[in-house]
Amino acid sequence: MNKQRLSLWWFVGTLMFALLSMLVPLPRVLEPFKPYWPALFLLYWSLESEDRVTLGLAFVVGLCADLFNGVVLGEQALRLCALVFIALRFRSRLRFFPMWQQTLAVLALLLNDRILLLIVRVLAGASLPPASWWISPFVGAALWPFLFLLLDDLRARLRIQ
Amino acid sequence: MARTRDESSPLFAGNAAGTLRLIVYLALAMVLMVLDQRNGWLWRVRYAASAVVEPVYRLAGLPALGIRTMSVAFADRQLLTEQNQRLREDLLLANAKLNRMAAVAEQNQRLKELLDTQHSLKLNVQLARVVGVDLGAYRYQLTLNMGARDGVKPGQPVIDAHGVMGQVKEVLPTTSVVMLITDPSHAIPVVIERSGLRTVAYGSRDGNQLSLPNLPLVADVRVGDKLLTSGLGGRFPPGFPVGDIVSVAPAATGMFQVAQARPAADIDRSEDVLLLHDQAEPDGPPALVTPMGPPSNLAPDAAPAASSSAHGAQP
Repeated sequence: MNKQRLSLWWFVGTLMFALLSMLVPLPRVLEPFKPYWPALFLLYWSLESEDRVTLGLAFVVGLCADLFNGVVLGEQALRLCALVFIALRFRSRLRFFPMWQQTLAVLALLLNDRILLLIVRVLAGASLPPASWWISPFVGAALWPFLFLLLDDLRARLRIQ
Repeated sequence: MARTRDESSPLFAGNAAGTLRLIVYLALAMVLMVLDQRNGWLWRVRYAASAVVEPVYRLAGLPALGIRTMSVAFADRQLLTEQNQRLREDLLLANAKLNRMAAVAEQNQRLKELLDTQHSLKLNVQLARVVGVDLGAYRYQLTLNMGARDGVKPGQPVIDAHGVMGQVKEVLPTTSVVMLITDPSHAIPVVIERSGLRTVAYGSRDGNQLSLPNLPLVADVRVGDKLLTSGLGGRFPPGFPVGDIVSVAPAATGMFQVAQARPAADIDRSEDVLLLHDQAEPDGPPALVTPMGPPSNLAPDAAPAASSSAHGAQP
């Protein structure tokens, strides 16, 4: 019982942490290198504990992110829904990929996410972003193995599901 | 336990229910986006949820604040001494300039009183701090630690020591969001100080320059010219520095000149900003006067419908 509650708090805590780190500013030079944290954390959880991550959860996390970011309501909800759907669909295969293949898959997912965002922004009438805007998915994919191993290790240490 | 979970996610076949759910959620998100784009709901929701949103902003601003504090705590003594010296010199210089200006300002005030105008050189300002929060949208926005409770209203100009930074876009109870002048969807009416040419400076895509895309070919614009706010449009008061021109070139169409300018304000580095309080009086055309006429109840009964519809259209 206590264990379950702890694991639930851990799950919610990591998602909150992802939203917070999305808001934390970086120095101007590092700004384009900032990965899209909510997507990375949601991906981790959708690979590791499928019964918790559903499309509804992705939608709610996206709505919270929109609320914090002040962009159009529903933008990140749409992106995270699409991301989680693809991740859940190919979950069984993604889980047994070696790490480098998994990283490539994550890169593809994040690039797909950026393309979705671009479509939404252009349809909403925003101007095209600068070229450095495309660096972020690559940084996210490069961080993926470390994030995955770190979260797995923490989970093993806390002995939670 | 593990077995049942494996059965719920088959290795290859996709299930139709999942796809259907995806379509429903995507449609919901799109409907939300369209409604929000049309009605601007989000800010109302955000205002309502400010009890949650604002602590999160403060929390997210903590690392930036911590780094700032650390940099002061661990700064080299010599560096601080140098900085202090430089600031003292700046202050001395500014004070000397101010003393000279004071006499001119007083004279100006007297002359203006003679002319019976309401303009004054006094500034009614409020100091605000920048909260270190990244709102994502390519960094064309700032968050300030003042909001509706401190009397901040949307549309207020925001300046720093060197020039205009932007204007308040949205207000929450204790924070507000500033749209910078370098935002691609922002435009500010300016006048070139040397030649008096009036034009409009837009934000640019890379986010740290201003662009003046429609200068006439014959216009006298040179690199190094200073841009001031012109006060047209009534949003920004006249006479504040906006930027310096860094390049001038003919446009691709050959019909105009295009100039790029660097903002005068320290848009990346400012920590403290000033919110201007009394909004400039609009210098544009005067407000439309409602035409005077006989009251509608005196209108002849022959055409009541026509007269009522005409009155409906007037305001």
